[in-house]
Amino acid sequence: MSNWIAIGSINDIPRRGARCVKSPIGTIAVFRTAEDEIYAIEDRCPHKGGPLSQGIVHGAQVTCPLHNWVFSLETGEAQGADEGRVRTVALRLDGETILMDADLVMAIAAE
Amino acid sequence: MKQRLVVIGAGMASGRMLEHLFEADPGAFEVTLFGAEPRGNYNRIMLSPVLSGEKTYDEIVTHDADWYRDNNVNCRFGETVTAIDRKRKVVISKDGETAYDKLLIATGSAPFIIPVAGKELPGVMAFRDLDDVNNMVAAAGKPGAKAVVIGGGLLGLEAAAALRLRGMEVVVLHLMGHLMERQLDPAAGYLLQRELESRGIKVHCKAQTKAILGNDRVEAVALDDGTVYPADIVVMAVGIRPETRIATDSGLHVERGIIVSDQMVTSDPDVLAIGECVEHENVVYGLVAPLYDMAKVAARTLLKQDAAFRPVQTATQLKVTGVSVYSAGDFADAEDREEIVLRDASAGVYKRLVLKDDRLIGAVLYGETGDGSWFFDLMKRGAEISEMRDTLIFGQAYQGGAQLDPMAAVAALPDDAEICGCNGVCKSTITGAIVGKGLTSLDDVRAHTKASASCGSCTGLVEKLLASTLGDAYNPAAIQPICPCTDLGHDEVRRLIVAKGLKSIPAVMQELEWKTSCGCAKCRPALNYYLLSTWPGEYEDDNQSRFINERVHANIQKDGTYSVVPRMWGGITNPRELRAIADVADKFAIPTIKVTGGQRIDLLGVKKEDLPAVWADLNAAGMVSGAAYAKGLRTVKTCVGSDWCRFGTQDSTGLGVRIEKFMWGSWTPAKVKMAVSGCPRNCAEATCKDVGVICVDSGYEIHFAGAAGLDIKGTEVLCHAKTEDEALEIIVALTQLYREQGRYLERIYKWAKRVGSDSIKANIVEDLEKRRYYFERFVYSQKFAQVDPWEERVNGKDAHEFAAMAEFGFPQAAE
Repeated sequence: MSNWIAIGSINDIPRRGARCVKSPIGTIAVFRTAEDEIYAIEDRCPHKGGPLSQGIVHGAQVTCPLHNWVFSLETGEAQGADEGRVRTVALRLDGETILMDADLVMAIAAE
Repeated sequence: MKQRLVVIGAGMASGRMLEHLFEADPGAFEVTLFGAEPRGNYNRIMLSPVLSGEKTYDEIVTHDADWYRDNNVNCRFGETVTAIDRKRKVVISKDGETAYDKLLIATGSAPFIIPVAGKELPGVMAFRDLDDVNNMVAAAGKPGAKAVVIGGGLLGLEAAAALRLRGMEVVVLHLMGHLMERQLDPAAGYLLQRELESRGIKVHCKAQTKAILGNDRVEAVALDDGTVYPADIVVMAVGIRPETRIATDSGLHVERGIIVSDQMVTSDPDVLAIGECVEHENVVYGLVAPLYDMAKVAARTLLKQDAAFRPVQTATQLKVTGVSVYSAGDFADAEDREEIVLRDASAGVYKRLVLKDDRLIGAVLYGETGDGSWFFDLMKRGAEISEMRDTLIFGQAYQGGAQLDPMAAVAALPDDAEICGCNGVCKSTITGAIVGKGLTSLDDVRAHTKASASCGSCTGLVEKLLASTLGDAYNPAAIQPICPCTDLGHDEVRRLIVAKGLKSIPAVMQELEWKTSCGCAKCRPALNYYLLSTWPGEYEDDNQSRFINERVHANIQKDGTYSVVPRMWGGITNPRELRAIADVADKFAIPTIKVTGGQRIDLLGVKKEDLPAVWADLNAAGMVSGAAYAKGLRTVKTCVGSDWCRFGTQDSTGLGVRIEKFMWGSWTPAKVKMAVSGCPRNCAEATCKDVGVICVDSGYEIHFAGAAGLDIKGTEVLCHAKTEDEALEIIVALTQLYREQGRYLERIYKWAKRVGSDSIKANIVEDLEKRRYYFERFVYSQKFAQVDPWEERVNGKDAHEFAAMAEFGFPQAAE
């Protein structure tokens, strides 16, 4: 069972941009691509902790603002030569409302 | 009277034949050209890049309307010839009869459609002509669309890769055990499959298609093994067969193809045939090189000159969607053969040489094919290789000890080594043309010899031949692309933005054929700057293409907090500003206050959500953003000059403040730091700045192109100015020239080194009109730039940047 909670409207996020959601596992970055896809990942680069929500969004990827690591928003995997991954959080769109899988977040928090 | 030549089929073979014919004797024939497609001749080999969107149709047209008109070709495109009446020497089409003295059949081939149920359903298509491509592109437009490609040969894989690039979900069905089994052995086929799968293409080998399913249109493909793949389109790419129906109907001798003699003449002496539709000595040809040879022979035959088609052994050099593959000769396993294999899995390289009696008889190269033509040459010559057997697989560079230089390897190729497989051009033809016709560029060679003009896979070799033949005289435009999203360099992109009047990032990406849908973190900020500096007042800044610091007008720190630096004009401040700074630091618990190297104060450790409030308080004290985060004017550092200093010669502080007030807010390719020193003792350290001024008794020495960062470099003197007004005009004009010529992130000293100080002086110092021109352009762009970004955000702009979207905690216990 998932517990989907509303975190806002897709229109709250600029295209090719991100917003932050504060949660028990820290800040979660919620992205909206040029194609209006939405993704959520931990807002913390595994390299030096950079806030990925502040990076430049291109395609379904984001470039970390601190040292230019690139992550897939779909898988959370670092791209190119860098190795590492961030956790992804499931989102669902109900009309314009973005829903986040809070149970998944709680499960991560409980780890 | 002129002889009448009718040509059926307007493809690559007949196009090449007509070129030879008109070149040899433009007046010999009155030509009527029939083509089933409603368009003239284009390079069919390049349909894959058109399908993937990397090229446009216009770019692959080989003969345009002008060419047909200039050569007086009567074009009947879109008109299919339905019959030939050889007794009366006429061809029959929908518009009636056309008489000929000589007839050339070049109908090419037709895609083979496997005879399964459902093959007629809409959505089932071939990959043969532009109409097929357009159909596929249209289908790929639907989000999440699925394609099934039947056929894992070259054509099918090109289609699959291109459709994948278009965003479709793609499955390749291949009947045989590995991909491209005619060109590759199983190991190379496996590598290819792995590569395609890494790009998200599913490959299903040993797939026997049972039926294509669907009601009104295709919905899925079912295999014998029970697998069902859903499909919005099905692309049949299992093979081709010679298109011979019209020849058969007219009673010409046809076996698998239309039977032709060495002279390309069919069983009727007035009817010739060339291309994929013919059969010569039991062989039907599909690669372009032998077809072009046929074209040459047919042209000579028509002009009553001697010629004979002599098929040559051909190697296959293929680029499958960016993977280089080369195969030649016979590479099957057999008792009497030996093989040498090199595998480098991590680099994706596989090479296999097949030897018989100490001679090379076959080669398969995957991933690294540079030695292909050398192996092929050894094969053709039947060379004894026992001497170099141990190092043979490492290629030509390892033979004879010395040659590790790829240039030497090319220079060492024999004159008859084939360089361009598509057009059958050998080395001596190219080097002969370079010397004989004085060619100096790749385009010249393409125009004169056709080498590298078809598939382009030999371009590297041709460039090396140019270099080795011309020596230092060959100067290829070594353009470094901006990023992997494009092949264009910074300067080209800028020129094209102006030339094509491109005014948005999507327009640039569309028109300049960006390879990614949305660019990357390298190219987007560059494009944003180029557009902003090219179209002041017109281009709307794209915030999402700016690095975070420029997006939120503060500097991100390692812990994700920000630093805030207000402007202090010329490094001058006062008690009110200092009080405001102190109050802000108290109010927002700002942990660190630091004096910067640019003579101002940095507040470090500000939380992002506090930024607008911090700015509001600083604004209230009359301070604006110091742009310490910007690729733009940072600071103008000054000394106290004649106001206070006993050595000061001019009012250096006043000039510094004036420059900063004039130029703040301007965006530049990279940051710009300036300084004004009141005397040659240079307390403001002006001689390591991007632009510096040293005041002297007689006026102002203007310096530029210094560096004190990754590189350390003293400035160069630009010129001497007599008055403060003149000094300001020179500095502003210099900065504007840099704004228009500098590449994104290229500091002034690097720009100056690239374009040369002389060219800068010519524009700014020697030509007063130009100086004025650049000055005026800067002034114009400042009209739109001098808005305090802090004040805008205090007033609510980009509010979403500074607040979390939502917040939730652990669930509360149930009530």
